[in-house]
Amino acid sequence: MRYDDLLASVGNTPLVGLPRLSPSPDVRLWAKLEDHNPTGSLKDRAALRMVVEAEKDGRLRPGSVVLEPTSGNTGISLAMAAKLRGYRLVCVMPENTSSERRQLLAVWGADIVSSPAAGGSNEAVRVAKELAQEHPDWVMLYQYGNQANADAHYEGTGPEILEDLPSITHFVAGLGTTGTLMGVGRFFREHKPQVRIVAAEPRYGELVYGLRNLDEGFVPELYDETLIDSRFSVGPGDAVRRTRELLEQEGIFAGISTGAILHAALAQAATCVHAGESADIVLVVCDGGWKYLSTGAYEGTVDEAEARLDGQLWA
Amino acid sequence: MAVEVRIPTILRTYTDGAKAVDASGATVAEVIDDLEARHGGIKERLVDGGDLRRFINVYINDEDVRFTGGVDTPVKDGDTLVVLPAVAGG
Repeated sequence: MRYDDLLASVGNTPLVGLPRLSPSPDVRLWAKLEDHNPTGSLKDRAALRMVVEAEKDGRLRPGSVVLEPTSGNTGISLAMAAKLRGYRLVCVMPENTSSERRQLLAVWGADIVSSPAAGGSNEAVRVAKELAQEHPDWVMLYQYGNQANADAHYEGTGPEILEDLPSITHFVAGLGTTGTLMGVGRFFREHKPQVRIVAAEPRYGELVYGLRNLDEGFVPELYDETLIDSRFSVGPGDAVRRTRELLEQEGIFAGISTGAILHAALAQAATCVHAGESADIVLVVCDGGWKYLSTGAYEGTVDEAEARLDGQLWA
Repeated sequence: MAVEVRIPTILRTYTDGAKAVDASGATVAEVIDDLEARHGGIKERLVDGGDLRRFINVYINDEDVRFTGGVDTPVKDGDTLVVLPAVAGG
């Protein structure tokens, strides 16, 4: 496969079967390998699309400064795109994210502003909005409310999956900015409405939910609950256990959020087996495990790994 | 139906600091009414006009009840009901 440059190679990722984790020949699991994107995560799709749209509408010009609240992957993707397009990137990142994510951002030349661990990404969003007010010339792409985030999946991820697997019955992805689920969800609502859209939401330790009051809660502006059919909360224990099963049984070395998604996908698969229905369940592999080695997720018992993840933004 | 209800940090002022409390009811709404009887004041933090508040998520055995019937979602003996504030991911 040949491309004009690295940015042109975003997307068109492989869809691979998971025959060992699939419960029966009639209920099959498939993994969309988004770690095959240039910076190794699903977020390359949204980042590239947000940059391209901001260039088109004139918000981004040569020499612009891009600002973004991110727990990691979006920042890394934006850093790559910003470097190739000639922008400076400032990322606001919660301090309880893995050290590899910080190192990678630095490698690509991004500046990092840390936000407090308590409150998680909520605090990163708040700090970024303050910075945007102080620096009106900076361009905040704002993945939580930028339609280009969802459009990247509406025009890319969704159609790629349907072309590779016309018999798809379920799509399972992580719920963060909600961009993946909103884009793919809308695509299937329009093109194959019987596909069930399932969200797996990471459940973090208490520190992350440490809001001062409930009015500080956050629902991404992109989120439209009519585009999904069910939503599951997955804790770090189940996420780590499934991440390891994916590695041991199918040889896929994925990040921890993928384990959470696999957990929800396997629950759908079990329901289909019980009901005697056939199913082709597609789940998203968001990224590889490399950036999470220092979290200890792949060492010792699952309980030990779960304890080490407490208070960290592991997805 | 006896269920365990997990309370987020921000609402533990209503439960004397307890992370988890017992409550009963046949639906999420009934469980919340029983919670209110035991821990007065908590209900209006969870629901507004009969629906869950925008920044409150409720899960029965890890499934978001907004997709299973909302506050009318049935509850079985031994279920776990988790209350969490909506926070940003990504």
